[in-house]
Amino acid sequence: MSCKCGSAVKDERFVKIDQILEQNGRDESFLIQNLEQIQTALGYLPEDVQSYLAEAMDIPLSKIYGVVTFYSLFTTEPIGKHKISICLGTACYVKGAGDILAEFERQLDVKVGETTKDGKFTLQACRCLGACGLAPVLNVNGKVFGRLTADDVAGIIGQFE
Amino acid sequence: MEMVTVYIDGVEIKVPSDYTVLKAARKAGIKIPTLCYLKDINQIGACRVCLVEIEKARGLQASCVYPVSEGLKVYTHTPKVLAARKSVIELLLSNHPQECLTCSRSTNCELQSLAKEMGVSDIPYTGERTIHDLDLSSASIVRDASKCILCRRCVSVCNQVQQVGVLGLIDRGFEATVGPSFGHGIGEVNCTNCGQCINVCPVGALRETDHTKRVWQALADPSKHVVVQTAPAVRAALGEEFGLPMGTPVTGKMVAALRRLGFDRVFDTDFSADLTIMEEGNEVIDRLVNGGKLPVITSCSPGWIKFCEHTYPELLDNLSTAKSPQQMFGALAKTYYPEIEGIDPKSIYSVSVMPCTAKKYECQRPEMAQDGIPDVDAVLTTRELGAMIRRAGIDFVNLPDEVADAPMGLGTGAADIFGVTGGVMEAAIRTVYEVVAGKPLPNLELEPVRGMEGIKEATLDIPNYGEVRVAVAHGLANAGKLMDAVKSGKKQYHFIEVMGCPGGCVGGGGQPLVTSGQRLDLDEEYQVVRRKAIYAEDRGKTLRKSHDNPAIKEVYEKFLGKPLSEKSHHLLHTHYTCRGKYNVEIPEAQAAAKK
Ligand code: SF4
Ligand code: SF4
Ligand code: SF4
Ligand code: FES
Repeated sequence: MSCKCGSAVKDERFVKIDQILEQNGRDESFLIQNLEQIQTALGYLPEDVQSYLAEAMDIPLSKIYGVVTFYSLFTTEPIGKHKISICLGTACYVKGAGDILAEFERQLDVKVGETTKDGKFTLQACRCLGACGLAPVLNVNGKVFGRLTADDVAGIIGQFE
Repeated sequence: MEMVTVYIDGVEIKVPSDYTVLKAARKAGIKIPTLCYLKDINQIGACRVCLVEIEKARGLQASCVYPVSEGLKVYTHTPKVLAARKSVIELLLSNHPQECLTCSRSTNCELQSLAKEMGVSDIPYTGERTIHDLDLSSASIVRDASKCILCRRCVSVCNQVQQVGVLGLIDRGFEATVGPSFGHGIGEVNCTNCGQCINVCPVGALRETDHTKRVWQALADPSKHVVVQTAPAVRAALGEEFGLPMGTPVTGKMVAALRRLGFDRVFDTDFSADLTIMEEGNEVIDRLVNGGKLPVITSCSPGWIKFCEHTYPELLDNLSTAKSPQQMFGALAKTYYPEIEGIDPKSIYSVSVMPCTAKKYECQRPEMAQDGIPDVDAVLTTRELGAMIRRAGIDFVNLPDEVADAPMGLGTGAADIFGVTGGVMEAAIRTVYEVVAGKPLPNLELEPVRGMEGIKEATLDIPNYGEVRVAVAHGLANAGKLMDAVKSGKKQYHFIEVMGCPGGCVGGGGQPLVTSGQRLDLDEEYQVVRRKAIYAEDRGKTLRKSHDNPAIKEVYEKFLGKPLSEKSHHLLHTHYTCRGKYNVEIPEAQAAAKK
């Protein structure tokens, strides 16, 4: 950390945040509402956005970060065009969801939670999708794929490429 | 306050109507166990260790947040209650490393004692464990999140009492942790190193960075001449490490113990506290008379300094350039002292014992060294000194009283009171008044700046100058409030004292731990109890003004010349660094109206 006094970061994103704050208000009670709208506008909530919000709303960063990490709706990473969510619930896990996840990581060259460099795919793990009968399952942009094996991975990626 | 009658396990008792069941039971002689609860700091009813049965209430209730009411009937140890408490502890232990034998908090851990009290004999749940790496990024604080029980006491202290806001609850469910945002280490963010989080942590999840190893090594090394200084607040609390009642001054025994540990010279930070008053006091006079930057703000508290560097960079020029007493001492221990004793300066190893964790960070700042040699080589907390004395088998309580060595062991009463909020101000006024007015201060004890009120103010009329307005803040939340008032121009002062910890150094982050139960049993804040030892020391001294200290006169005559001399500036003064509050660059924000 070093001195950042007087640094004038010119960035459209902060102008957008100011507009949202202006509209909703800067009181702590508007935090979730503000975060939701900022995420909608910017796609995700990275560290500089949260730090700026902490300063502009006069709330500790620790609190904002706590809220962001509490609700799975919020993300601190950019989200790709296609969101792959692999269920790691008990049933899926027992039936080999871990291997499928590993295969996706290998083929997309990302770790779970990350987005591919071309911005096409975000790979996520999720809690039980409620489709245990189809285990192991995953969901791409809301479309469910079930009874998978590692061999299916290339095909699924291909469908969305 | 209106009184209500309640029945605790059938015993009738009258208590004020704003009591919780926990407090009422305590008054009835029943110690209900607690874990997340910490008086005045964390009252969130989260851990469910303090469960009780309440007639007509459904289920078991958390007594730490349950208010009393007329006729309330409470049962504190029914089979249902005992079983529920036990299973709460068992659940916590099932996701806990259970490293008591090697843990820094063993025998002084609230979780460990609870497990014993609840009669936990085995841990039936063997679920998955969360594994975390040790956070060793800080010069002052070690964070071991795998031992964290998520009680959030540290979060409350860091956010509310200190308003630094470094620690927070992150994620939820099994993944939940407490720590700094975005996975940063505690030493990589705007943590002030105040150590208040350590003081409130019930377990071994937070502790100070160890310096005992290097001190044992230096003591065993015959080529090293090891000198030690002890801060004023240490003597007011060290006795607690050995079971002495809180507020017992143990200066003489502390000196004796340090000699027995093998230190070559036992000196006292009181000496350099007096020196600080000479330098800082003259700086204040200079800025008052010659129109320098006002208000002058004290610079003794390294937690406050780092907070200011992160949060109030526009006030850095207001800070006194005087180094803290620890660092002034260190600078002289490696120059003046070897010169008058005829010792090779390179052989000197300089140790300080401090009530403070931020001093560990301070001593390794690059500007606190000469030609790459640090002024202070090791900083022990009061707790660490206690541990060393125990390890050496020294029977502390039965030691004779001994006196510190001359010349750097001599200090006045003005130096003693550096250990409490308002003390530096009081000590400075004793000297500044006399220098400016040309006659002694009529009453040495400056009542308006004493006490636990968050921000204190006083106006003095100093002959030959006029009105001088001073203010004192302790705890960083209060410091922040005061700085906001100064920045906005709402308040104007000549001189401000800030101490980073609530109550001043007596409540420092390196002091003996005061458990949740002890805090409940005290009628006053623990800082107030310790403070008594400090004021007693001051009153017990013949010399109570820094400029009367003969050893100080001598150091100026023989070595420094006069206050603010070139040599003083070189050795005893420093500069500050603007550090930014966040780890990323952001534009200046139009902040919300301060609450
Ligand atoms: S924190 Fe307490 S219970 Fe946990 S290992 Fe350390 S002493 Fe044992
Ligand atoms: S040392 Fe002080 S500032 Fe740092 S995390 Fe602990 S309470 Fe917060
Ligand atoms: S670090 Fe200590 S005080 Fe903080 S939440 Fe964990 S156990 Fe509680
Ligand atoms: S819920 Fe009462 S002590 Fe934790």
